Amino acid sequence: MLDEALPARPQSTLSLQFRRFRQNRLAMASVVILALITAACFFGPFFFPFTGEDADFDAISQPVDLFSIHPFGTDEFGRDLLVRTLEGGRVSLTIGFLGAFVAGVIGVLYGAVAGFIGGRTDGLMMRAVEILYGFPYVILVILLNLLFGGGNIALFAAIVFTLWLTPAVIVRAQAQALAKREFIEAARAGGMTTRQIVVTHIVPNTISVVIVYSSLLVPEVILSESFLSFLGIGIKEPQASWGNLIEAGTAAMDTDIRLLLLPGTLLAIVLFCLNFIADGLRDAFDPNER
Amino acid sequence: MLRFILKRLADGALTLAALVTLTFFVMRLAPGGPFSKNRKISEEVLANIERSFHLDEPVWKQFARYVWGILHFDFGPSTRFRDYSVGDMLASGLPYSLTIGFWAVIVATIAGVSLGIAGALRRNTTTDYVAGIIGVAGIAIPIFVIAPLMQVFFALRLEWFPVGGWNDGWRSVVLPVIALSLPNIAYISRLTRTAMIETLRENYVRTARAKGIGPSRVIRGHTLTGALLPVIAYLGPATAAIITGSILIETIFALPGIGRHFVDAALNRDYPLVMGITIVYGTFLIFFNILTDLVRGWLDPRVRHAG
Repeated sequence: MLDEALPARPQSTLSLQFRRFRQNRLAMASVVILALITAACFFGPFFFPFTGEDADFDAISQPVDLFSIHPFGTDEFGRDLLVRTLEGGRVSLTIGFLGAFVAGVIGVLYGAVAGFIGGRTDGLMMRAVEILYGFPYVILVILLNLLFGGGNIALFAAIVFTLWLTPAVIVRAQAQALAKREFIEAARAGGMTTRQIVVTHIVPNTISVVIVYSSLLVPEVILSESFLSFLGIGIKEPQASWGNLIEAGTAAMDTDIRLLLLPGTLLAIVLFCLNFIADGLRDAFDPNER
Repeated sequence: MLRFILKRLADGALTLAALVTLTFFVMRLAPGGPFSKNRKISEEVLANIERSFHLDEPVWKQFARYVWGILHFDFGPSTRFRDYSVGDMLASGLPYSLTIGFWAVIVATIAGVSLGIAGALRRNTTTDYVAGIIGVAGIAIPIFVIAPLMQVFFALRLEWFPVGGWNDGWRSVVLPVIALSLPNIAYISRLTRTAMIETLRENYVRTARAKGIGPSRVIRGHTLTGALLPVIAYLGPATAAIITGSILIETIFALPGIGRHFVDAALNRDYPLVMGITIVYGTFLIFFNILTDLVRGWLDPRVRHAG
């Protein structure tokens, strides 16, 4: 490793990895674009004198006019398309990052415990994961969403519930390898309890793998959310989300393709960026790739 | 090998049983019932309707009745489409869903593998970059964005294909199959490219080259099997992705398959129909996962002995 070759200035692996990531121009550009879109979604709507749910009956189905008060026009209820799209982005991005984080945390803890304890507990815990893996994912999300009673929280819970599996499997493999290492044995000989070892030794040592896979989870969560909202199960009108805006756009696509293009393009750009960032993180963090 | 097959089949049966149980109880626990959305009817009538569907019995008894039914291939009556049994609905919709799914897998595999191999053999050339762009685009642009756009351009503007429905022979299949295969083309081409590059670095490939075997024979005889292993492993999950997609695709293109019913059935709490579709999808998914494992085990002895 590089840090062994430079004994004078020791650097943590994590900072080296982030330096490698910063050298990836495509990934860094994606970070900047994503940050701009996120900022626009969260702060942009404040610059307009109306919200995305306010109908302007004097300006129904206005065309694109970049210099008017409705730069990207309005929908058939006179609601501003740009503001609605930005507000939808707020919802989609929040669910995306929060969902990936929660699914990541659950997966890491589950995997760390299973991999470290091993034996019969591990067998049972992984059996459960394997069975859930065999389920048709979308069907599960739809059913869970119904079970939790619909609405934003239900949507969030359903998505998280189905997405923690992959991080769990990956972390378990890591934890299994770690459990055999000398410093774990030393910790145990020193009198640390299992819980202390899992929290202070196992989890921090799996963190770089977790960062990579959580970054892959974010686009997956956003896609699930918009997929469900598109089908009319997730976030419902009048609240906007990219999924239900795209759905409204497809309903009107033969007359007005703008309604489809604006949210669709923004969603695609965000997913592009997230995928490039995930690729960049994987290249920077995974020594096997180099 | 026989032990391997039996073990995988037992696992599959267990997964299916868990899926049936979970779906059944999740549906019953979800608020609302199949007849709660109806116009106001007197409680007596409602009780009669519910009794005719055995909904007045305790849940465990309903579950036992349902399991007994599916063991005899009886999926029960649909609570929404009064004159049809779920079995009939599945039987009439399945051929359409299978046609779309089958062609999507074929197109995705052929296009994905070709793109991946082309990219790996001509690394860092225009071919590689074009294949790479298709690879990222297929993953990043969701089906429900690309499919309506395809409808606008190829159906409404150019009028090459119908917008939806199944009345135009092979023409009605083209757009749905392309839309459904795009994400899988993307994944498969990326997998093939990585695996191909790795295999080309293997010692046995270098040996084959050193012996003077021509480049095309090295690729066909030595690298292709190794490079295709990850692709085959992906085809199991790919089936899942195609199932997922088919719910959307059948809705967008108004195809008469079984996926189109799923969302409506779930929202209307049509318990037997939801259960029926879930079982069909689950069985396919589990079957393809087992099949993929078997093919991998057959091609790669390491897989077979590991598990």
